[in-house]
Amino acid sequence: MNYNNLIKIALKALSNNKMRGFLTMLGIIIGVASVIAMLAIGQGSKRSIREQISQMGSNMIMIHPGADRRGGVRQSASDMQTLKIDDYNTILHEASYVSAVSPLVTASGQVINGAENAPTSLYGVNSDYMTIRKLSVGEGEMFTDQDVKRAAKVCIVGKTVVENLFPNGEDPLGKTIRFDKIPMKIIGVLTPKGYNSMGQDQDDLLIAPYTTVQKRVLAITYLHGIFLSALTEELSDKAIDELTGILQQNHKIKPGDEDDFTIRSQEELSSMLSSTTNMMTVLLACIAGISLLVGGIGIMNIMYVSVTERTREIGLRMSIGAKGRHILFQFLIEAVIISVTGGIIGVIVGVGAAAIIKYILHWPVFVQLYSVILSFAVCTLTGIFFGWYPAQKASRLDPIEALRYE
Amino acid sequence: MEKYIIQAEQLRRDFVVGDETVHALRGVSFNIAPGEFVTIMGTSGSGKSTLLNILGCLDTPSSGEYYLDGIRVREMGRNDRATLRNRKIGFVFQSYNLLPKTTALENVELPLFYNPAVNARERKERAEQALIAVGLADRIHHRSNQMSGGQQQRVAIARALVNNPVMILADEATGNLDTRTSFEILTLFQRLHSEGRTIVFVTHNPEIAQFSSRNITLRDGKITEDVTNPQIRSAREVLESLPIETN
Repeated sequence: MNYNNLIKIALKALSNNKMRGFLTMLGIIIGVASVIAMLAIGQGSKRSIREQISQMGSNMIMIHPGADRRGGVRQSASDMQTLKIDDYNTILHEASYVSAVSPLVTASGQVINGAENAPTSLYGVNSDYMTIRKLSVGEGEMFTDQDVKRAAKVCIVGKTVVENLFPNGEDPLGKTIRFDKIPMKIIGVLTPKGYNSMGQDQDDLLIAPYTTVQKRVLAITYLHGIFLSALTEELSDKAIDELTGILQQNHKIKPGDEDDFTIRSQEELSSMLSSTTNMMTVLLACIAGISLLVGGIGIMNIMYVSVTERTREIGLRMSIGAKGRHILFQFLIEAVIISVTGGIIGVIVGVGAAAIIKYILHWPVFVQLYSVILSFAVCTLTGIFFGWYPAQKASRLDPIEALRYE
Repeated sequence: MEKYIIQAEQLRRDFVVGDETVHALRGVSFNIAPGEFVTIMGTSGSGKSTLLNILGCLDTPSSGEYYLDGIRVREMGRNDRATLRNRKIGFVFQSYNLLPKTTALENVELPLFYNPAVNARERKERAEQALIAVGLADRIHHRSNQMSGGQQQRVAIARALVNNPVMILADEATGNLDTRTSFEILTLFQRLHSEGRTIVFVTHNPEIAQFSSRNITLRDGKITEDVTNPQIRSAREVLESLPIETN
């Protein structure tokens, strides 16, 4: 018996019952399509988060003061004064895996230009900060190292600040604004970055030399953080190890004692955020997988009905020379054709649905090849698995009984 | 030694039903030579269905020997018997057993699907030849549900002929048909007989016996009568003598 013939027989039987075949397929179609669409949505949001995090900076490493206890009371990170300018200088001289280092002091307050004012954040940094955070000055220019040394009263402003302070569209360059009581001259405007994935306005800020912020605005000697860029993404971990060593030595932390600083990389941040989306993806895929399972049970159900309904046909086929395995394969091939055809249609529908979601709802959607292959393989296996039992039942029928079946 | 199509030697078949053992066949022996048209007669419960199943290799005897075309069937397995049926036997059933929504041609091709030695072209040619032989040249592409009972039974006979069997085994082949169509089908069987085919026709209708060359009567699992028919009636003549129905 050649299998071409069995496939022809199975196709013939299916074409005799097109509506039923289609309805059975529907279960598989919906299952496969939803698996693909769900995984695409999950993957898409994961990617968009990663992308936005990478926009935040290049191979960024952040050092914050932290994990400090005084008298058994854990202090909030912003109150701690463990990071000093000395740490920055040591890192600058000793760290070998970093390409850019910038201290960070932040202040929030009201920024004022004549009658206009708005709340915003002031970041005190050096010129490396621009590379680390992938920022650039659109109009005007960045402050210089000289400005940093002199604690010059200059600043770079974000687009939102410009809009708030200069509602009439005047040129902000060269104007002097005040942050709290400190007058600062605007020497540059940042290229707009828009909102990030957490809904933060990335253009609502002021950038000034860290010395200015430390001495003139806040009157402090410590730092709120140190931002760095690793040479490459792969070197991030090495850089963190090295930085930990440098800071432990600088802070005289004995082995086994808790560090008074925390170092995080961008990589960590992104994997932290994607763990949420990963969970969502798994959840969505589970729901979709269940619908695929239900589709499989649908196949089994229909194959059962089909075997019972065609008992006489089976009896006839056996009496004219079909062996048990011919019957087995005939029904199995039917089940597999249903599931594979359903799978193909499901893939098309799923990819189509993903495209619709992408272009109409503008959700970040990404169809991965592996999800297509996976759901296709699963539905073929579903067909074989759920088709096997009814087919087995058919193949074991006694031709005498089957012929007499009413 | 003369070659027989069927050699049945002391066939016995017992069924266990609950605690009882039913003896459906109690030692049946007979031979059928090539070219015979044998009717096997018997009322229900005589064991003729059991005998039919054994002759058709659908079942095996509890004891005794059965040779089909010289092949010993009793100890053959399911699969071997399936192949044997495919090559040696052509079945014709009372209720035609055509596949629904399938054309005459496809129905007739069916046995050849299970014969790997026959390719697609040969299969189609042979099926067409068989349909022409039963007088359905103009119905080749009709579906089974578009045909009358007589036409469907002709398709079934064509299907029985297509594998060129050593024996056609008919089970009440005229049972579902009206008188006129019955005689048409009998005429067809007689023509096949005259062409040298071996036919075994199992029936409970004593009338059929007049048209066959030999008649075996079963009763309670035993042969009570085995006679050659000296005067075979022609089904064609009976058919011609029937009044033509007018609507």
